[in-house]
Amino acid sequence: MGNQVSLFVTCMVDQLFPKVGIAMADVLERLGYRVDFPEQQTCCGQPAYNSGYRAEARTVARHFLKTFQASETIVVPSGSCTAMVTHHFADLFQKEPETLALVHAMEKKVYEFATFLTEVACVEDVGARMEDVVTFHDGCHALRELGIKSAPRRLLAHVKGLELREMAPAEECCGFGGTFAVKFAELSGAMARTKIDAILGTGAHTVVSLDPSCLMQIQGALSRAGLNLRTMHLAEVLASR
Amino acid sequence: MSAEFDLKIHDTLADANLQLAIYTATGRLKDKRIEVTADDRLPDYQELRTQANALKKHAIDNLDHYLEEFERNVEAHGGKVVYCKDATEVSDFVLDLARRRGARLIVKSKSMTTEEVDLNERLEHHGLESVETDLGEYIIQLAHEKPYHIVAPALHKTRYDVADIFTKELHVARETVPEKLTLIARGVLREKFLKADIGISGANFLIADSGAVVLVENEGNARLTTSAPKIHIAVAGIEKVIPRAQDLAVFLKLLARSATGQLLSVYTSFLAGPRRTGEVDGPEEFYVVLLDNGRTKLLPDRSKRQSLYCIRCGACLNACPVYRKIGGHSFPWVYSGPIGAIITPQFMGVSHEPALPFASSLCGACGEVCPVKIDIPKVLLELRSDVKKSEAREGQNRIEKLAFRVFAWVMTHPRIYELAGRMAGSMAPAGDGKWIHSVPAPMSVGPMKAWLSQRDLPPSPSRSFREMWRQR
Repeated sequence: MGNQVSLFVTCMVDQLFPKVGIAMADVLERLGYRVDFPEQQTCCGQPAYNSGYRAEARTVARHFLKTFQASETIVVPSGSCTAMVTHHFADLFQKEPETLALVHAMEKKVYEFATFLTEVACVEDVGARMEDVVTFHDGCHALRELGIKSAPRRLLAHVKGLELREMAPAEECCGFGGTFAVKFAELSGAMARTKIDAILGTGAHTVVSLDPSCLMQIQGALSRAGLNLRTMHLAEVLASR
Repeated sequence: MSAEFDLKIHDTLADANLQLAIYTATGRLKDKRIEVTADDRLPDYQELRTQANALKKHAIDNLDHYLEEFERNVEAHGGKVVYCKDATEVSDFVLDLARRRGARLIVKSKSMTTEEVDLNERLEHHGLESVETDLGEYIIQLAHEKPYHIVAPALHKTRYDVADIFTKELHVARETVPEKLTLIARGVLREKFLKADIGISGANFLIADSGAVVLVENEGNARLTTSAPKIHIAVAGIEKVIPRAQDLAVFLKLLARSATGQLLSVYTSFLAGPRRTGEVDGPEEFYVVLLDNGRTKLLPDRSKRQSLYCIRCGACLNACPVYRKIGGHSFPWVYSGPIGAIITPQFMGVSHEPALPFASSLCGACGEVCPVKIDIPKVLLELRSDVKKSEAREGQNRIEKLAFRVFAWVMTHPRIYELAGRMAGSMAPAGDGKWIHSVPAPMSVGPMKAWLSQRDLPPSPSRSFREMWRQR
């Protein structure tokens, strides 16, 4: 007991970026954790919540609560999906005291990946090595809702061979915003291009973030612009050796 | 989304000069705010925000009490308070007073509240001359536009634009040096101040315990507007009332810092009533118009009524990556940026522009800089839910509603979810691991088409995470 963690890989990682989930499991296992994957898991419900469909979001949130009820600790490779559980589930169940109690219990068990490493596992050096110049993009929900700023940077600072160059500004939104990316596509694209200008300004070859959705937006725009930069999830960097 | 909203966004994004002007001007304001609120410059910044929020919450929760106290104290000083429910009542009051006093010329200092009720247009329609005296406001009045930004109304105008406007509207020789342009405006406006019959101002704060109107400005034009003419009318939203004069110790520390990065604005005026016996200047008559115009509609909602805490500093506009792209005129009403996105649907109704609360990536930069800690992203989310409820009642947007019902069903049935994922993956074009630039025409519809209009699409992996996990 105590070293068992459950993965909530998020629907995006499950369907589009499975290597991120594998990398996260690898890092956790190397640190001595026993990792399980509750197979009933799907999504946190954020797409419906952010689109104004609260009843539908509530249905999906209930499924999440049920799926992870037995887990002691849940680790998530996304600041945005973590914040949905820890900061927004409660809004959905204000009128259901019993479910609300379950939500508050869940809030204490769910950790964004970088925060789990620095705050729970208490490690900054995971023994990773990657020869590269990288820049780190702060996901908005990780930064502003979860207050994650130094954890990923401390982890990156211990990766051998890696040089981190900060962009100005690192904390400005990439323009993804869930359904915003398609409802206001032109605006979202313009925001992504401003982000890319900031990335290019650093001279880095790789953009690292702890949110797969930001990385999808940034990589999509880099690829469209014909730029030969790559994006990597923090877990993939930390799994490199 | 209305076609008008869509088109305005498109046009602003397509104008490279305008893009640069907005991004540069808001960037400067944003950086200055960061500088003067930094830990080493204002160590108690976060405590001040918490206090300001508590004071505003208290004032709004007890609005009836403080408005009555304010009214009693204004009248004790010899002033008069006029309650107006909408734009028509404001203009009717001003027109009636002007008629009774034989007034022709009105000077105005900067006020978003009077912009909100189109006061200039309404007065001019009835033959009065109403002149804006804040330089930025004067420029946009001459250009026949609305403010582009809550504190910097002519933010989108370069000095060359201003030179063109002055040449055309004031018939002066073309000047492009900012100081010279300012002198031209000053020359014209000084004459207006001396001849004006009525001065109309807004109000940054109304102080209940002293019956005073507080005005914050940099150019001195508000002081002239409120002291040179015989009549001063202050037009203020009812939410501007604060309990005590001492509360300003909190608000004044935050307002200028958040707005322009100044420690304090150049002028801060406290106006309580008309000229008293023995005083050499000040107006003979003093009126405060208290405007509702939709504000009381917010009061029943315990969460959303925090929108009324706003002190109109504009910090959320400068921090907003959306405002910095689409500018002020893309917004459907005079209030732009994040604060505009939450008050417009509440003052005007959610169907005024149903897409407005959705025009945000929910990045949260607005809430982070708000000096009175309005949780703007939370209110946006609540408004999104209100829009969807309103659409459901009207039977609109049925396909999207159905899509999210299907989404919720799939996400609560893991086997269906897995099957649906596999089907989608098998339909996706093979990208050989490369990102996808385009898809066959029949697939290029809806969200797929919108995504690909700007970005490439990730290739579908050969196996999902759960499949990899099982074989691990």
